[in-house]
Amino acid sequence: MKHLKAPRMERCIGCHSCSLACARIVHKCLSWETAGIRIQSSGGMSSGFLAKVCLACDPAPCAAACPTGSLKARIGGGVTQNKKLCIQCGKCVAACPVDAIAQDRQGHVFVCIHCGACVDFCPHDCLELVEVDG
Amino acid sequence: MISETFKILEVNLTTGQSGPRDRDGAALYLGGSGLAARLHLDLARPDLAWDDPTQPLIFAIGPLTGYFPLMSKTVCAFTSPVHGQYAESHAGGRGALAMRFAGYDALVITGRAERPVVLHLGENRIDIIEAGYLWGQDALASGKLLRRMLKGSGHRTIMRIGPAGENKSAMACVNVDTYRHFGRLGGGAVMGAKNLKAIAIEGEGARELPAGKSYAALFRDIFRQVTDTDMMRKYHNLGTAANLDALNDLKALPWRNLQATSDPGITGITGQRFADDTLLRNAACSGCPVGCIHIGFVREKFQADNQYFYRQVPYDYEPIFATGSMLGLTHAPDVLSVMDEIEKAGLDVMSGGVALAWATEALEKGVVTPEQVGLGLRFGQARGYMEAVHLLAAGKTEFWRLLAQGTMTAARHYGGEDFACVLGQEMAGYATGEVFYVAQSLGLRHSHLDTGAYSYDQSNAPKDVAKALAFLLEDERERVIQTSMVACLFARKVYGLDSLRACLNVLGGATLADGLEQAGGRIQKLRWRARLAGGFDPMRASIPKRFLEVTTWKGQTDPVYLENLRQAYATAIRDMGRADAEKA
Ligand code: SF4
Ligand code: SF4
Ligand code: SF4
Repeated sequence: MKHLKAPRMERCIGCHSCSLACARIVHKCLSWETAGIRIQSSGGMSSGFLAKVCLACDPAPCAAACPTGSLKARIGGGVTQNKKLCIQCGKCVAACPVDAIAQDRQGHVFVCIHCGACVDFCPHDCLELVEVDG
Repeated sequence: MISETFKILEVNLTTGQSGPRDRDGAALYLGGSGLAARLHLDLARPDLAWDDPTQPLIFAIGPLTGYFPLMSKTVCAFTSPVHGQYAESHAGGRGALAMRFAGYDALVITGRAERPVVLHLGENRIDIIEAGYLWGQDALASGKLLRRMLKGSGHRTIMRIGPAGENKSAMACVNVDTYRHFGRLGGGAVMGAKNLKAIAIEGEGARELPAGKSYAALFRDIFRQVTDTDMMRKYHNLGTAANLDALNDLKALPWRNLQATSDPGITGITGQRFADDTLLRNAACSGCPVGCIHIGFVREKFQADNQYFYRQVPYDYEPIFATGSMLGLTHAPDVLSVMDEIEKAGLDVMSGGVALAWATEALEKGVVTPEQVGLGLRFGQARGYMEAVHLLAAGKTEFWRLLAQGTMTAARHYGGEDFACVLGQEMAGYATGEVFYVAQSLGLRHSHLDTGAYSYDQSNAPKDVAKALAFLLEDERERVIQTSMVACLFARKVYGLDSLRACLNVLGGATLADGLEQAGGRIQKLRWRARLAGGFDPMRASIPKRFLEVTTWKGQTDPVYLENLRQAYATAIRDMGRADAEKA
C-alpha cells in the first residue's frame, strides 16, 4: 500500500509543478485547482508554502460521507474514486478535515489517489510515495 | 488549447462597464509582445497625454502560457510617463497562470475610477471594489491587506502599486506577488493615474488538454531539459547575482554613478557573498521548476536588549547593481536594506538606484545644494539612501518631484546632464561597451533585454558597425518570438524555433507554428510602429558624456564607433517602424 507524503515542504519553491502534473496526468486538464495536490502560500509568498493533499485517513471520513460509493475507502487509508458514480453533492468535500478535496464549479470532485505521478515533477524532492503496511 | 482568436477582457474604470471580446489574429500576433503592441496600436491615442483616462493599460500572455514550463511571464504595455510613447514591461510571478486559468489572453483596462479602487477578476467575476483606505499604503502592506480583503481560492496573482505609483512617478513599478515586478518605464504611474491601487486575478478555472500521449511526453521532455541538465544551473544556483563578480572583473560594473567600472569593494556584494551571508531561500514563478528567485534576509537591531526585526528581500543582479555598486555600498545587508525601502515605495529599483547615484554626484559637485535635496547623500552610506527612497516616491519638494520624473528631467533643470547615467531611461548594469550603450538608448524597452548587446560587447567581436547592427536586429527578432510566447528569457535555449513549433503543434496551433518566423519579423516591425506612433525619433536619441569617459577591459569608449552604430541602428529602427513595413 502506497501513500503520497509531503515530508519536505520547507524546501518548496512554490512552482506548482506537482499540482500541474497531477491535473495534467491524472485529471487530463490544465489547472491549478482541479488536482489532487494543491500548493498554497501560507499567507503570501514571504511565509513559505504548504501542500493541500490527502492524508490517507483510515477510516476515511470522505468515503463514509459519500452516498453513492464514488469514493471508496482504500485498504490501508485514503480513497479510490469512481467518477461515474459521483453525483456532485459535495459531501466528501465537507467531510474532509484538511480541505484536501477540490470541487470545481461544475461540481466535479478531485482528490489524491496516491499514484505518485506528481513526485517526479517536484524539482526539490519535497514529495514522496512511501510504502506503508496495510 | 490554441485558438485562432484571442479572448480579451476589457474593463472600463470610468463607466464601470466590462466584458470579454474575441479578437482575431492569433497567427499574426502570437500573444504577449505581439498582442500587446497590436492592442496598443488599436486603442492608444498618441495625441493624448500618457495619463489621459482613455489610454489603455494592457496585460498579455502567450499561447503556451501554463501549458509548458517557464512560459511564466506577462507583458504589460502602456504609454510611458518617461517619454509619452509605447512601453512594454515584463514580469513573472503568478500573473501569467492566473490569466490563463481565468480564461483570458489579455486584459485591457481603460478609464479612470473616481476614487481609488481594486479590480478583482476571475473566470466568473469582475468586481470593482472601492478601496480609498488602501491609498498611501506601501506595496508590501497593500499585499497583506489585499490577501485579507479578497476572498478567493488563494491561487491568484495580486498586482499593486505603492506611493510612487499613486504619485505618478515615472519610476513607479507594479509589484507582482511580492517578489516580482513590472519595473521599467513607469507602469505603476499608469495604474496610479487610473486610481487603480491593485488588480487581483483568481486562477480558478481549468483548460482543456489535447487527447493522446504526445502532449504529456513533450512536456516531460522539456521539463527534464530544464531540471536534469546544467542548462539552468546558473539561475537557480547563485542566480543572476553571479554577474557581479564577472562584470567587475571585466571592468564593466558601474560603480558610484559610473565613475568607475571595477572596485575592490566587490568582495562584499558578490553573488557568492549574498548566498553565503544572506540567502534565506529560493522561490519560483508559477509553472517554473527552476526557481531563480533568491530571497535574502537582513536583520536589524532596533533597540537595546537584543530587540531585532528582519526583512525578507528578493535580490537579483540588477537590484544589486542599482542599490549596491552604483551607490558605493559594499556590504550586502546594507544593499538589501535599501532595496527593501524601494520595494515598499513601489519604485523601479534600477531607476531609483541610478537616480540616487546621480543625486549623490550632483551634491558632491555642487550642482544641487543640500537645501534643495533636503538630506545628505554620500556614496557608501546606506542610511541616507533608505530615507531618500521615500522622498523620491512622495515627490513633495521641487527637487524630488523633478527627479521622480526621470534623472534626465532633473539634470536638465539643475545641470549635470553629462553624468546622468541615462540611456533612454536610467541605465541597466552593463558598462560593457558601445553596442550596449547604443542598444539600450535606442532599444524599444530601453532595456538590457531587448537584445543581448551586453554579451556581444563581451564576446570580443570586432568594431564593425555592419556586424553589430546585424546582430542587434537578428537578436531582437528572435527575442520577440520568445516574448510573444511569453517565455522566460532564461529558457531561450530550451525554446528554440523547432521546440516552440513542436509545442504549438501538439496543442493544435499548427497555423501559429507554420508562420512562427514570419510572425517574428512582423511583430518586430509592429512594435516599432507602435513606438514611433508616439513620436519617438530614433535619430535624436543621445548618449550622455559619462558613457564616453568609461573605460572597460577593451579600453575607453570609441566615440566614432559609437556614433556610427547609433546612426545605423536609428536608421534601421525608423525603417522598421514605417507603417507599410510590417506588411512587406
Ligand atoms: S480526502 Fe480528506 S477525508 Fe478523505 S482520506 Fe484524504 S484526507 Fe481523509
Ligand atoms: S499522488 Fe497522484 S493523485 Fe495524488 S496528488 Fe500526486 S499525482 Fe495527484
Ligand atoms: S513541485 Fe515541489 S517545489 Fe514545486 S510546488 Fe510542488 S512541492 Fe513545491
